[in-house]
Amino acid sequence: MSDVRQHAEDIHEQFSDHLDVDVEDVEGRLTTLVDEYKVPIDEARRSVTNHYLDEAGLERDDLAGSASQEASVEDVDEPEQWIDLTAKVIELWEPRSDSIAQVGLLGDPTGTIKFTKWAKSDLPALEEGGVYRLRNVVTDEYQGRYSVKLNSTTVIEELDEDLEVGNDTSEVEGALVDMQSGSGLIKRCPHEDCTRVLQNGRCSEHGEVEGEFDLRIKGVVDDGIDAHEVIFDKEATEALTGISLEEAKEMAMDALDTTVVADEIAEKILGTYYRIEGPTFGRYVLADDVEELDGPVDAEELLIKARSM
Amino acid sequence: MSQAQLTREVARRVFASEFNDSTYTFKESDDERAPNYALLPTGDRANRVFVVGTLTETEDVGDESEYWRGRVVDPTGTFFVYAGQYQPEAASVLRETEPPAYVAVVGKPRTYEPEEGTINVSVRPETIAVVDDATRDRWVVETAERTLERIEAFEEWEAEQADPEGASTASSNEYALMARERYDSPVENYRRDVIQALESLEETEATP
Repeated sequence: MSDVRQHAEDIHEQFSDHLDVDVEDVEGRLTTLVDEYKVPIDEARRSVTNHYLDEAGLERDDLAGSASQEASVEDVDEPEQWIDLTAKVIELWEPRSDSIAQVGLLGDPTGTIKFTKWAKSDLPALEEGGVYRLRNVVTDEYQGRYSVKLNSTTVIEELDEDLEVGNDTSEVEGALVDMQSGSGLIKRCPHEDCTRVLQNGRCSEHGEVEGEFDLRIKGVVDDGIDAHEVIFDKEATEALTGISLEEAKEMAMDALDTTVVADEIAEKILGTYYRIEGPTFGRYVLADDVEELDGPVDAEELLIKARSM
Repeated sequence: MSQAQLTREVARRVFASEFNDSTYTFKESDDERAPNYALLPTGDRANRVFVVGTLTETEDVGDESEYWRGRVVDPTGTFFVYAGQYQPEAASVLRETEPPAYVAVVGKPRTYEPEEGTINVSVRPETIAVVDDATRDRWVVETAERTLERIEAFEEWEAEQADPEGASTASSNEYALMARERYDSPVENYRRDVIQALESLEETEATP
């Protein structure tokens, strides 16, 4: 069976409940786009699907798709896949728009993922801490990060059990090539629940405040293929540099300047190779586990490869 | 914030012999602030490099203000590192470090033409740090690995180009194509440099 035919049958299947259309009609539309207009098959499929959505007066979310598959959070690596998830609601967030009924974070033993539930889908409310089996949710991607959307075809079943939630950790290995501004001895806003870093003694929310000292490093770990931004909190910074917060304060006091701390840290860590493990937070990796790579390296294997090329 | 600020340019690993042959530079857009790239002869672009080697010599070559030149040597050749008043931290490391010492340099490739027909490639450092021999050895192995990966990709692309059957399905390798158009030296030379670099590590291990 040709590729186009297979896609045509998939599309036909999706619309069989909604429209009286035959496979040949679908295939004809796809063929026109692919053969005459040289549109890639994925794009053609998208375009033809949209055509039938219009015709049927449906939204993309209304399509049940071909049978959804049982999946784990870590399996989600492609948008627009229909899956079934068993997950725990870790957090509910404040929806930013009226079109969203609920938004938050789901977790299963393999990791965590954001979910969105549309207001118009009219689904029962999920509760924080609850474990649910969610059938027919669709995956989405925005700037490399995945989420799942609950839609009007989603079936929610509350389960009477607990679920252990795994961490979304990543491991990066490479040379520490840069330390960004805002590293070293910093001051944070003392207001409750506000931990913003002060700029010239000012908090962007609370204005001029008496800040509280903290230590951190915003670094870049680079392996020659990708550059990763890594944050070391006070504990990680102390462990990495051997400089405690108290010592850092003394150094700054002696020099009448807080930047001496960042300079001292930079001298210790720049150019050094590390393996860092920790949860990801936006584009940052939070350094939970840090290992300096200072052991001997093996050139033998690479030498064999180089000689045989 | 523009997209360019959001994605940080990666620091390429490249040996001195290949770096000093990277005489062709280009931009990928007309934007004044678009990043500058040096074209690596093994078929990649480098806006930033990370090198570790032995600082063997430093000299203030400036006229009115300080302008420090450092020679950083790896198993294949010498990187020239220039730091002046706009790279104060790097300049002070060059001023204060007593050669010989192992240093790690993060910086941007820069080209200049001392005379008609000769193009020199140097590093304008962002940071220079004194490191130990373990870091240096790790860099040599890592740089060998990255260089071999580039050579492999280049040769795969070349093989596909040469095969008329495969011509229509051939993968594109923009920078390999550019390198073949711009440079004369075959990538085989850089494979030999990799072998030489790795062998130099084996020798040091053999000496007690």
